[in-house]
Amino acid sequence: MASVIRDDTHQTEHDRLIAPGHDFGTVTDKISTIVLQRKTPLGWFVGFAIAFSLLQLLFVAMAFLLFKGIGVWGVTIPIGWGFDIINFVWWIGIGHAGTLISAILLLLRQEWRTSINRFAEAMTLFAVACAAFYPIFHTGRPWVAFYWLMPYPNTMGLWPNFRSPLIWDVFAVTTYAAVSAMFWFVGLIPDLATLRDRAKSKGWKIVYGIFAMGWRGSARHWHNYETAYLLLAGLATPLVVSVHTVVSLDFATGIVPGWHATIFPPYFVAGAIYAGFAMVLTLAIPLRKFYNLEDFITMKHLENMAKVMLATGLVVAYGYMVEAFMAWYSGNTYEMFMIKNRMTGPYAWSYWALILCNVVAPNTLWAKNLRTSVPFLFAISLVVSVGMWLERFVIIVTSLHRDFLPSSWGIYAGTQYDWAAFVGTLGLFFTLLFLFVRFLPAISIFEMRTILPAAAMEEEGK
Amino acid sequence: MKPSMYGLMAEFRTPADVVAAALRVKEAGYSKVDGYSPYPIEELSEALHFHHSPLPAMVLTGGIVGLLVGIGLEYWASVIEYPLNIGGRPLFSWPAFIPPAFETTILFAAGTAVLGMLALNGLPEPYHPVFNVPGFALATRDKFFLCIEATDPRFDAAGTREFLESLGASQVSEVEH
Repeated sequence: MASVIRDDTHQTEHDRLIAPGHDFGTVTDKISTIVLQRKTPLGWFVGFAIAFSLLQLLFVAMAFLLFKGIGVWGVTIPIGWGFDIINFVWWIGIGHAGTLISAILLLLRQEWRTSINRFAEAMTLFAVACAAFYPIFHTGRPWVAFYWLMPYPNTMGLWPNFRSPLIWDVFAVTTYAAVSAMFWFVGLIPDLATLRDRAKSKGWKIVYGIFAMGWRGSARHWHNYETAYLLLAGLATPLVVSVHTVVSLDFATGIVPGWHATIFPPYFVAGAIYAGFAMVLTLAIPLRKFYNLEDFITMKHLENMAKVMLATGLVVAYGYMVEAFMAWYSGNTYEMFMIKNRMTGPYAWSYWALILCNVVAPNTLWAKNLRTSVPFLFAISLVVSVGMWLERFVIIVTSLHRDFLPSSWGIYAGTQYDWAAFVGTLGLFFTLLFLFVRFLPAISIFEMRTILPAAAMEEEGK
Repeated sequence: MKPSMYGLMAEFRTPADVVAAALRVKEAGYSKVDGYSPYPIEELSEALHFHHSPLPAMVLTGGIVGLLVGIGLEYWASVIEYPLNIGGRPLFSWPAFIPPAFETTILFAAGTAVLGMLALNGLPEPYHPVFNVPGFALATRDKFFLCIEATDPRFDAAGTREFLESLGASQVSEVEH
């Protein structure tokens, strides 16, 4: 496989992972210059300013929430989970593509992961930060919530209930955040050493030097490093599957019609990867354009991501079909009513918009000319992100708003504070991403070196 | 007695050159040798006989400890310290305890992988003599290096320098302490 990729001569523009003519030096310079250049491009300031302004909205929304209580959100009985849990699941799902790209594709020896794994991992971290924010603030008084979220010896002598999927969630999400951060940092160490050695100013040499921890590229170090990296990938793989499985169990262990389904774990995991790849495309397309990274993030990368989106989109579509089928096949009155209400009730618009975004739209990716059109891919990635948000809206709101007792039916809509919090976390996410591309290499430099033709020793017969 | 220098550092232009040189250095009987490269080269580690890493065993141990910590925590909290009888269900409801225990297993194993890798490599290490070599900064860009350390029993300043030069090194420099 490796030799096919490394042989430049027979490749068309569509299937190479790196443009011809690059060597170890040019790859290093091109990626590190983005970080080390003195002048920050004007476009960066514009983007950062927008993101940072949106972040302020989050602070305002949260300050008001803490002042008044969570009544400022639209959640109320019977819809006790609204935007907060929709957004939590949406963000955490987006994060999953980062781990999939960095861990699972590494284990599967997919070399095309190399130029996108670094910023996909950063995306994971920032998405998890945005996600964690919602359940924490949904507790209303986060500073007193710790005794039932975290096991620690408190003065009240209380311990969390480990039989609750919500506690599983706390363990899954904190572990996921910690392991993603470690994986990302370990991947950064050799590149931080490159930045240390290439930075012109003394100050940056010291800053990057501290984080590079004295990395010197020793063969003995690389040997342990590679072992650690592979082991982390092997550990992150079951972890990422477990995280969205646990998230889906928050729903599936309940008896609410529309939630109590065994299809939930696989279909949530597929949906997470689907949403995550959409977000990677949303980020990669402007990034490669703005920093002229078309040499490294090629058409082949975009097309492969589109294929993963198509495949996971079909799994998600299968999930919707099984939900409807099982509602009928179960013969359960409440389940049958739930699916009928979903398709024709007051929230039917959200269900059919979801089908349009998540089932109809991705099927256009069967066509090669659409799959290789950059503006089309960008548009479809936004459509899928909207679709996945609607999916969580449909699951949460349409299931809760009409359950067993017609006397307790209700209608839900997000308030301006719900929207402010949602837009605010988008601001948080993009603020962190802008800082990341400015101060850290958005593409893994040392891994890019390994896929260069010059690194292919055995094929040349030494 | 401490030798007057850390060792001799040879610079190479291509990965194939450094691997070929590493094989010759090992053949010549040198044992305190290390290579430096901008990306992991499996052949270089092999040539220098860095085969065994204790890391997998450490990570396995970390994972088992994590599993026991997870189950132990759940057992202690739910059975001993804070037992809640809910509809007569067993206090030790182990199927429900699997997800948190799984997460602590992964957390401890991953933490061991990272800290273990750093510990085995002796990082963080702010100062190392090899950084004194002029041009060594290129070891994180596009150059490959091989260093024979002065503590090696076969080391001899003049002879070793000549030997390294004969291996096709583009430059051989003394590594000061």
